[in-house]
Amino acid sequence: MSKALLELRDISVCFEGFYALDNFNLSLKPGELRAVIGPNGAGKTTFLDVISGKIKPTSGDVIFKDKSILGKREHRIARLGIGRKFQSPRVFESLTVHQNLALAVSKPKKPLTLLLDNQQEEQLDQIKHLIKVVNLQSQANILAGSLSHGQKQWLEIAMLVGQDPDLLLVDEPVAGLTDRETDLTADLLKSLSGDHTILVIEHDMEFIRRLESPITVLHQGSVLCEGSMQEVKANKKVIEVYLGQSEDKE
Amino acid sequence: MNIDTKRDPRISFFIWVVIIALIIATPSLLPVFRLNLLGRYLSLAIVALGVDLIWGFTGLLSLGQGVFFALGGYSAAMYLQLNSSGSFPNGIPEFFGLYGVQKLPFFWEPFKSPIFALIAIWAIPALVAGCLGFLVFRNRIKGVYFSILTQASLLVFFNLFNGQQRLINGTNGLKTDVTELFGQMVGSDSIQRLFFWITAILVLLSWFFTKWIIRGRFGDILIGIRDDEARVRFAGYNPTIFKTIVFSIAGGLAGISGALYTIQSGIVSPQFMTVPFSIEMVIWVAVGGRGTLLGAILGAVFINYAKSLVSEALPASWMFIQGGLFILVVTALPEGVLGWLQSDRPKNLLIRLGISKPIRTYPSLEAKGKDEVNS
Amino acid sequence: MQLILESLFNGLAIGSVLLIAALGLAIVFGLMGVINLAHGELMMLGAYSTYVTQLIFKLPALKPFYNSYIIVSLLVAFLVSSIVGILLEKSIIRRLYGNPLETLLATWGVSLILQQFVRSVPLAYGSGFIITVFTGLIVPLIIPEHLISNKSKRYIKSGIWSISVLIGILTANYLSTTISKLGRASARNVDVTAPAWMRGGIDILGITFPVTRLVIIVITIIAVISVTVFLNRSVWGMRIRAVTQNRSMSECLGISSEKVDILTFGIGSGLAGIAGVAVSLLGSVGPNVGSSYIVGCFMVVVLGGVGNLLGTIIASFSIGIMTDLIGAGRLLTIWPEMPSSLASTVNFFATTSMARVLIFALIVAFLQFRPAGLFPQKGRMVEG
Repeated sequence: MSKALLELRDISVCFEGFYALDNFNLSLKPGELRAVIGPNGAGKTTFLDVISGKIKPTSGDVIFKDKSILGKREHRIARLGIGRKFQSPRVFESLTVHQNLALAVSKPKKPLTLLLDNQQEEQLDQIKHLIKVVNLQSQANILAGSLSHGQKQWLEIAMLVGQDPDLLLVDEPVAGLTDRETDLTADLLKSLSGDHTILVIEHDMEFIRRLESPITVLHQGSVLCEGSMQEVKANKKVIEVYLGQSEDKE
Repeated sequence: MNIDTKRDPRISFFIWVVIIALIIATPSLLPVFRLNLLGRYLSLAIVALGVDLIWGFTGLLSLGQGVFFALGGYSAAMYLQLNSSGSFPNGIPEFFGLYGVQKLPFFWEPFKSPIFALIAIWAIPALVAGCLGFLVFRNRIKGVYFSILTQASLLVFFNLFNGQQRLINGTNGLKTDVTELFGQMVGSDSIQRLFFWITAILVLLSWFFTKWIIRGRFGDILIGIRDDEARVRFAGYNPTIFKTIVFSIAGGLAGISGALYTIQSGIVSPQFMTVPFSIEMVIWVAVGGRGTLLGAILGAVFINYAKSLVSEALPASWMFIQGGLFILVVTALPEGVLGWLQSDRPKNLLIRLGISKPIRTYPSLEAKGKDEVNS
Repeated sequence: MQLILESLFNGLAIGSVLLIAALGLAIVFGLMGVINLAHGELMMLGAYSTYVTQLIFKLPALKPFYNSYIIVSLLVAFLVSSIVGILLEKSIIRRLYGNPLETLLATWGVSLILQQFVRSVPLAYGSGFIITVFTGLIVPLIIPEHLISNKSKRYIKSGIWSISVLIGILTANYLSTTISKLGRASARNVDVTAPAWMRGGIDILGITFPVTRLVIIVITIIAVISVTVFLNRSVWGMRIRAVTQNRSMSECLGISSEKVDILTFGIGSGLAGIAGVAVSLLGSVGPNVGSSYIVGCFMVVVLGGVGNLLGTIIASFSIGIMTDLIGAGRLLTIWPEMPSSLASTVNFFATTSMARVLIFALIVAFLQFRPAGLFPQKGRMVEG
């Protein structure tokens, strides 16, 4: 087994007596594409919050590239190479599509660079490329706020890719997308894996199936089971959580 | 945010010729009293530019810009007082004698140098704003909390200056109109005319400066912070630094504005740090159009001009009008006059009235072939 | 011991004024997320209500009850301020929910208008206006619903309002002719004289406690307790908290969020009115009386943390005690053999205004460790 890019060790997050994550362990190999599913309230978004530095866990450690990133602030973690896409699309609505992407690809992200230097030629090329990938050529100079929901989702994915992170945390990328868009998103993520390590949270099983990736099932703050689509589908506990035992449901 | 339509360079050239001609000619067109008022209002436009930068673009509503305004004013006044106090006992400004102070307080010393004073006018307020801003932003204090804290700091500085009779002449403030500069009284007509020109030029320079700030990606980040600060952070930017920088710049602009205002009104006093004055600055920008720099300038000049006209005619009614303006501009006209004019709505109004014909275009057609992004 | 006790009492007295003033602000901010910059002016209206009530109680018919006017004025002040607050909510603030900065600016505009209103409109007409609105709002609530058919609703409503206007005009006329002080507009400050029993002090353990201060402390305690009980025990209190936590869910459960907003804002404003009564007992009353307290209130809210009554209480009293310790130079009296270098620093801050400077610095320093105040809101809903 090769060395893990990201490792969560015994993470617990406690909100006033309620454990959102309970001794949670997860490890991602470089280049891996991993899907995470779980019922509402299973702690999916919370563990993304822990990785990206938004929430400090009550106990446990987060190791990224052999170093603990616990307690680092969000922008530091982002600069280390962890990018995040939010559940509901969050783009800068008063900026154009082009400007949104320009901010994502800019490097270094220091005030003086942004103020004094012009954007490098290669970055401009990259922006053009990204716009083409997500098919927003004709909207490049339109305010992101006036895009449709699906277009915003894609713009945010493009921004995430533009940041060029080693690890992509993708929270519900296909919520509110059409079937065709969903398929395209799955293909996009698949093509990105290998070069990037990707962690996807999604409810849409059709989408997950298409990703053809290992699946981790979360339930009540800890890992219920891990495995391929078939294995997970056959797992008794998973069926129980999703179908039966209504008292467990939140 | 508006996407400029490219203007014909000849028209731009013509506009600039008119502006420069106006600046040169105004002192001989207006009586000194009006000229002085206009000069003061123009200097207020500079602080308004700063307010626009932090509020209009970055979304930080500061209710304490008066602090930085006053710091600039005091810096200028301290230099002028020292510059013309040679004939007074002990060679120190006259007011010290009233409180039996013999020796110049230590922090007055550097203000004997004109170069130091010229730097201090913007650097001290910028520094104070930077420190205060950093302490507040570092802890992610934002929104109304930030506004409240800036207002509280305003009160603190007011008390600090107001209570220190022996150090800075307290409530009475520092007069500048009876001091001397270049061998002439600062209050004299010829110097005031000079100040008008300096003010006009500095307004233009500040305008270019703020335009330059918001022109590129730096300005985009500011807007990003206004829209969704957390997202900026996850994109790898540190909003604290950006906010500190921009708050500091606004502080520096306020200082320059305060200095210009002081030398034209003839006095600086803790009254510059009252709560209403600082909130007024916000309404200039709000009415002019937040997020449009020109709106800030025009708003500052026109509202103050209106204020002086109304106050001359009906002193009691200005408070009603001003209060009404606050309510009106946030409920009915949130993007301000200039913002409204730049939006589609005036055109839509004309179309609805049948005056103008609707133009059918596809946004995609317009957007194509426009690689450069204007801000 | 005596010194410490005295200092503690003074701090308590300053703190209770801060608390009663900040209470309404904290409730409105905590429950609705609205910063009301006109809160100080609502206090000012409360103070003027006390003044008007006092003058009315000087009329021959009411003279025998003069000593208890202060109790009546508490009620009057509460009603006046909450009516103005409700008008404010219905007309302006409602449009601006979710835009706290815009609300802040709009309420500042309101505060300017209220200040100028008091300056340029005779108090008698102001009272008439309030009475008009009061009757116009309250009468439809009293009339049994089945008496009003849908058809006649409109006519009844307009009828009630016309009668209200008539009552208002008559009141204004009566007040302005019988009490000359109310008939003229004046920008000058007025004085509320406390009834005889409130003058002087009570001696306990050799310390004199001024009765006015004690009364204010008692008013504050009663107000805090009733607000706590109301919010935690009553049905409407529960509805208010429900709307605070999840507006749309509460609406689905049949709670009228519109009514809840009005109620919350009305109570917050009414508390400002009660604070106005307290303030009127401490000094002269003028159009600016409220604005001198408002920044102190904000400091209380910032220090205490949002939406936490306990935080507000502790913050008020700690600021109060600190103000007294620093501002009155009491540290020196308590500890006379202080080293001279420290003593000169203490002396430097030993005025009310310099004490404010130091306390603000301390609060900013405190926020470096606890950015969300003494009692921060917890849970996953807090956006970082």
